[in-house]
Amino acid sequence: MNFLSLFVLIPLLMMLGLWISRDMKQIRTVAVIGSTLLLALSVYTLVEFLAERAAGNTATMLFTDSRMWYAPLNIHYAVGVDGVSVAMLLLSSIIVFAGVFASWKINPLPKEFFLWFMLLSTGVFGFFISVDLFTMFMFYEVALIPMYLLIGVWGSGRKNYSAMKLTLMLMGGSALLMIGILGIYYQSGLHSMNVVEIAEHGNIPMNWQYFLFPMTFVGFGVLGAMFPFHTWSPDGHASAPTAVSMLHAGVLMKLGGYGCFRVAIYLMPQAANELAWIFLILTGISVVYGAFSACVQTDLKYINAYSSVSHCGLVLFAILMLNTTAMTGAVMQMLSHGLMTALFFALIGMIYGRTHTRDIREMGGLMQIMPFLSVGYVIAGLASLGLPGLSGFVAEMTIFVGSFEHTDTFHRVLTIVACTSIVITAVYILRVVGKLLYGAVQNEHHRELKDAEWWERLSVITLIVCVVAIGSFPHWISDLIREGVEPITNLLSQAL
Amino acid sequence: MRSEISLLIVFLLIFFADTFGGKKTLKGLSITACVLFALHTIWNIIPVETTSAFGGMYQTSPMASMVKTVLNIGTFIVLLQSVSWSENPDVKVRRGEFYELLLITLFGMYLMVSAGHFLLFFIGLETASLPMAALIAITKKDSESYEAGAKYLFTAVFSSALFLLGLSFLYGVSGSLYFGDIAVAISANRTPLLIATIVFVLAGMGFKLSLVPFHLWTADVYEGAPTQVTSYLSVISKGAAAFALLLVLYKVFFLDPAIWQGILWALIVLTITIGNLFAIRQKNLKRFLAFSSISQAGYIMLGIISGSAQGMTALVYYVLVYIFSNLAAFGVISSIERNSGKLSMDDYNGLYKTNPKLSVIMMLAMFSLAGIPPFAGFFSKFFIFASAIHSGFYILVLIALLNTIISLYYYLLVVKAMFINTENECVIPAFRSDNASRVSLVVCVAGIVLLGIASCVYGYFADLSMLGI
Repeated sequence: MNFLSLFVLIPLLMMLGLWISRDMKQIRTVAVIGSTLLLALSVYTLVEFLAERAAGNTATMLFTDSRMWYAPLNIHYAVGVDGVSVAMLLLSSIIVFAGVFASWKINPLPKEFFLWFMLLSTGVFGFFISVDLFTMFMFYEVALIPMYLLIGVWGSGRKNYSAMKLTLMLMGGSALLMIGILGIYYQSGLHSMNVVEIAEHGNIPMNWQYFLFPMTFVGFGVLGAMFPFHTWSPDGHASAPTAVSMLHAGVLMKLGGYGCFRVAIYLMPQAANELAWIFLILTGISVVYGAFSACVQTDLKYINAYSSVSHCGLVLFAILMLNTTAMTGAVMQMLSHGLMTALFFALIGMIYGRTHTRDIREMGGLMQIMPFLSVGYVIAGLASLGLPGLSGFVAEMTIFVGSFEHTDTFHRVLTIVACTSIVITAVYILRVVGKLLYGAVQNEHHRELKDAEWWERLSVITLIVCVVAIGSFPHWISDLIREGVEPITNLLSQAL
Repeated sequence: MRSEISLLIVFLLIFFADTFGGKKTLKGLSITACVLFALHTIWNIIPVETTSAFGGMYQTSPMASMVKTVLNIGTFIVLLQSVSWSENPDVKVRRGEFYELLLITLFGMYLMVSAGHFLLFFIGLETASLPMAALIAITKKDSESYEAGAKYLFTAVFSSALFLLGLSFLYGVSGSLYFGDIAVAISANRTPLLIATIVFVLAGMGFKLSLVPFHLWTADVYEGAPTQVTSYLSVISKGAAAFALLLVLYKVFFLDPAIWQGILWALIVLTITIGNLFAIRQKNLKRFLAFSSISQAGYIMLGIISGSAQGMTALVYYVLVYIFSNLAAFGVISSIERNSGKLSMDDYNGLYKTNPKLSVIMMLAMFSLAGIPPFAGFFSKFFIFASAIHSGFYILVLIALLNTIISLYYYLLVVKAMFINTENECVIPAFRSDNASRVSLVVCVAGIVLLGIASCVYGYFADLSMLGI
């Protein structure tokens, strides 16, 4: 058996372990062991991958394995990774690990919470290792449905509304996606669902690409919070429990970006070249609109949710620039945003757990009360607004350099517009930091609150270390991503 | 003929036991029926070769034989679920009749599925419909049940009349009632009479399948009938009618499929959309599942419209998955109805706290009906969409897919009631359901979980459908 399948097997075994565990202690043990194993496995994948590449293996996908599943439709259970998916696996396992510690004291029904949480992770990991369209789509949907119950049962605020809205909108996206996938399957003339095979040998007629490209791109774009399909995201993130917000904003939204990149653009490069401008405008709107919306919110989670819309919009925006530099930047932004938004949501959850409010008008001076959490928040904020040395800077820099490689007016103007989001980001981040962390203490009861417990510290420190690591040593990760992006940009330039 | 004969033997054994048996025999009648039927199912599980009898009136193929097995499995689950219901004092005295009528309708469906001549087809159709009216009205003291029986009888007779009118036109056009002869006779000419024939045949079968606009009887009958009969009606009867319609269209009208594909296109869009929109507002779970089953019938029709062997495979697979999913839902509903008498969706609030197992089974059923992976419903939906896309029905599939969002909404309402809603003073108390229905629920859950992941079932159906019908 291929070791990549362990990424799906471990969460499934964890679910089994959780099912038979009796008390909180056993549940935690299973969750910690499992998530640590996943983290170790993704590091092992990274090391093996780099070693294999250093040894001169230049295949598009490494560690591939393919087993016939549904012979009449030639559906395989096919796995394989390239640089981009290795990076995504690493991101997912870090966030699952941090998420387990962030939900240390989850209440009520801890067992059910972790069961659903692990089903969600199964979907996420399965999606990133798949190279078969059907398996990919299946895991994608596996990752969607646990969200409904996770938000509905353990969420806060308008949870019923948000959970239903999120589930239905994402299902709407996957409806378009199913058409797209079946269309690709029947039009490519290959009778194959394998992504690499279709990309290298398939030939989808141009008139079909005009139909199928928007279907797949919008289908994944809904999950990537592309304007105007982003409205599920602020409500969903705001109502979700901490660990779910972390995983959802940190990883699940990246499924959208990764899907656009791996399916829509990789398989239909001609249409991507021709139609990218429409989606560039839409994602450009997401970037700026999300940032402006974040400026006027007063709920901490809404601020961060809109900032996610803006940052994830930037991911799609950079992918649509269709050149190597910008696409590398896009994947780095996925990593960077995943880590820092997970950090944000973890900290917000911890603050909310103490103060029982997320309204920034009702809080202040938290730096005196909970210095650890506050410092963490400042670091996350600085990463988000792009301070050099932290991950956000590296990613955004790469994206804008890549976007500026286009010399025509259209791309230039859009790049400049998108660049303004950096300034707006600074506005809303500094506004929160100033109001929430510094200044006078608003509520005297808050003085009695305690700072972070050890499990919370562990979760926060893990994420901060990663943010700093990417920011300070971007080279190895950008090399890793670049070689995953290059086959796609080669196809794109051939298609021109 | 093997399956027909063994079904008749089961029927006769139950009939004699019921008529001549002493008190002791009668006591074990429900279990005996289950065991005999299980034996019948296993005996016929290997499909027969293509054969014909009675001068070609009766024709069977491996696929038709497989469909009978699928119906057998569903009927077996229904029988398990009705064991403890048949102990009700009201039903107990006529318990034998329940089993006899049920098996006779199944026999009628067998005839429909392997007909080679419209006369036999019509006999099968009537044999499947008329005893059904008696089954629906079987609870003697329940006026709703009587009303439902009468409604079903009238619609059944009316739809049969339409169907017969279509047949008489067809006889006028072709001069024969053999499927093969008709296909040859009507091959080239697209006359108005032929189109009228197809319209009448589709309308007649549309009543049985409760396609919109022929669906108006469905909700009332489903609500009024005893839950066991409702579940039988919604899966077995529907599955058989779907395959019978496929048989007629593929065998008789296959040379010019564009005529019926156009009509079916409109019927599917109407059925799926209207079924879904009406299901949203239902609070009574039996009515809710009635409308959900209307829209599911629309999805089943997607397999027919493709007009290919792939569509047939997908249809039979869809029916099998639908049997497991819907019967799981009905099993939970009937357990709860029997133990607490509650049927409304609001009564299910907070069910997970008191009856976690039943809630989880209900949730799996809802997810499977909505087409959520990794449950079987996802795979069956994917394959049926794939077959329609393969024949080029992109827009139709897009409409159907957008409808799955609506259906997901109302299926999630049930999940929400059980898991999320808590504001309810009179939660259904914890109870232990009877062993037979527990077994049936385990079978259903195994089907829901394993049918999708184990690809061999679909592969086997695909091999069988290559052998023709």
